[in-house]
Amino acid sequence: MKFMLMLNTERDGYTRYMSWPKEILEANVAFMIEFNKKLSAAGELVGAEGLASPQQAKLVRAGKDGKPITDGVFPESKEFLAGYWIVDVDSSERACQLAADASTAPGVGDTPLWVEVREIMSGRQDIK
Amino acid sequence: MTPSPPEPDLRLERLLRDLAPQALGAVVRRHRDFAACEDAVQEALIAAAAQWPRDGVPGNPRGWLIQVALRRMTDHVRSEIARRGREAAVAGETPAAVAPAPPELDCEPAIDADDTLLLLFMCCHPALSPASAIALTLRAVGGLTTAEIAKAFLVPEATMAQRISRAKQSIKQSRVPFRLPDAGERASRLGSVLHVLYLVFSEGYTSSSGAALQRTDLANEAIRLTRAVHGLLPGDGEVAGLLALMLLTDARRAARTGPGGELIPLDEQDRTLWDARAIAEGVVLVSAALRQGSVGEYQLQAAIAAVHDEAPRAEDTDWPQVLALYGVLKRMSDNPMVALNHAIAAAMVHGPAAGLELLAPLDADERLRGNHRLDAVRAHLLERAGDRAATVSLYRAAAEKTTSVPERNYLMMRAARLGEAT
Repeated sequence: MKFMLMLNTERDGYTRYMSWPKEILEANVAFMIEFNKKLSAAGELVGAEGLASPQQAKLVRAGKDGKPITDGVFPESKEFLAGYWIVDVDSSERACQLAADASTAPGVGDTPLWVEVREIMSGRQDIK
Repeated sequence: MTPSPPEPDLRLERLLRDLAPQALGAVVRRHRDFAACEDAVQEALIAAAAQWPRDGVPGNPRGWLIQVALRRMTDHVRSEIARRGREAAVAGETPAAVAPAPPELDCEPAIDADDTLLLLFMCCHPALSPASAIALTLRAVGGLTTAEIAKAFLVPEATMAQRISRAKQSIKQSRVPFRLPDAGERASRLGSVLHVLYLVFSEGYTSSSGAALQRTDLANEAIRLTRAVHGLLPGDGEVAGLLALMLLTDARRAARTGPGGELIPLDEQDRTLWDARAIAEGVVLVSAALRQGSVGEYQLQAAIAAVHDEAPRAEDTDWPQVLALYGVLKRMSDNPMVALNHAIAAAMVHGPAAGLELLAPLDADERLRGNHRLDAVRAHLLERAGDRAATVSLYRAAAEKTTSVPERNYLMMRAARLGEAT
């Protein structure tokens, strides 16, 4: 079963992250590297990516000519995806445990973080 | 235009996969270190896949593989000795006495037919998680490469390599001996083997996402391995039952999805597309197994599949027979999926109300919580009972719960069709 574990942040989340004290930043970076290593060694990591700051995020849709129209105005309350892991595990319990592990990344403010866990649709189903 | 790659030599691939467990068995008998032996045989298989198409298949392909793998093992043992020597030197110790490298092989080790079985018992050991057991079985017994297994399960090769190496670590730590389990343990260990083979089959059979071709190969691979186990244990009814179940299910493969990968339910399938030979083989297998007595779950499931496969049209299905078989299965297993299918069969024989009545107690079953099947089955029965409004909302609820794309699409479309007809 594959799951996506998502770390969400507010629009200014990255700016606040950048201004964390050095020791906490170092601990956070070290934690993420170690966490990814553990996932990979467990044979459970399918992929993981961090996304660039939402300051550069754009909303896009097609105009009448099919060309992109962009809009950068987001409501203040909007949450942004900061990064995700895709894991392949034996159970949803295991996915939740991994999310709980990820949530303990050292940081400033509201910790542990909330991690959103979503199952990925697969092609398989029970045999009838 | 880029030239198309040459047709893969399927016969060669088949030969290598058949020889893989035999070569591994021979090497493990000599060296014991299962993890290192498995790596050595895998390297030998890769070397053979590169050399044989170019230089021709050697006169004794199995001996060739064993020789190459043993040479790799000798290298491995030598470098282990050197490593230990270096570590001892660093620690200021005298190197411990180490076993000398084994002599070069002068005669081919005896091949034991049970090696394949031994390897299966080892790879499907209950100490391993299902995912690990599947990966290790496909590599060590099935002779597939890590890359092929990774592709089939849609994960990166590095991840699959880790999974396999962890599985081998677990085997090492649990000290599973390379011999057949004793009589008392044998039935439950064989059960684990059959379960892993069943999981490989269903992974290949029920999936239509991603690299469809490779995944279809998983079903074939499961059938091939189960056939091998049946060859080794011809008197075991459950092995025969599982092989029959796979053949009778796989026989419908061409009919069960449409051109766009959409699911076609059993009663709407074009039965002329079913594989008559596979059905005939499955029917013979399951009939013989059932005659031998000791009826098991795989045999019953195969018998049910056979009843469906033998009906020329959906309306010819012998539902009383299916209902009776599910009744026996239900007494044997408390799997809620069996109870669901039993309810469907009851509805087909005694009408939808009888089926709905059997579904009621399942609402309290924790194992079905969040599962789409209960909603889908109830929707199906309510549809037959003519309760359209309830049917539509249950199909939609089921569609939202399933994690299978083809199944979601099927349930969604069914709800949409009924919704528009009102």
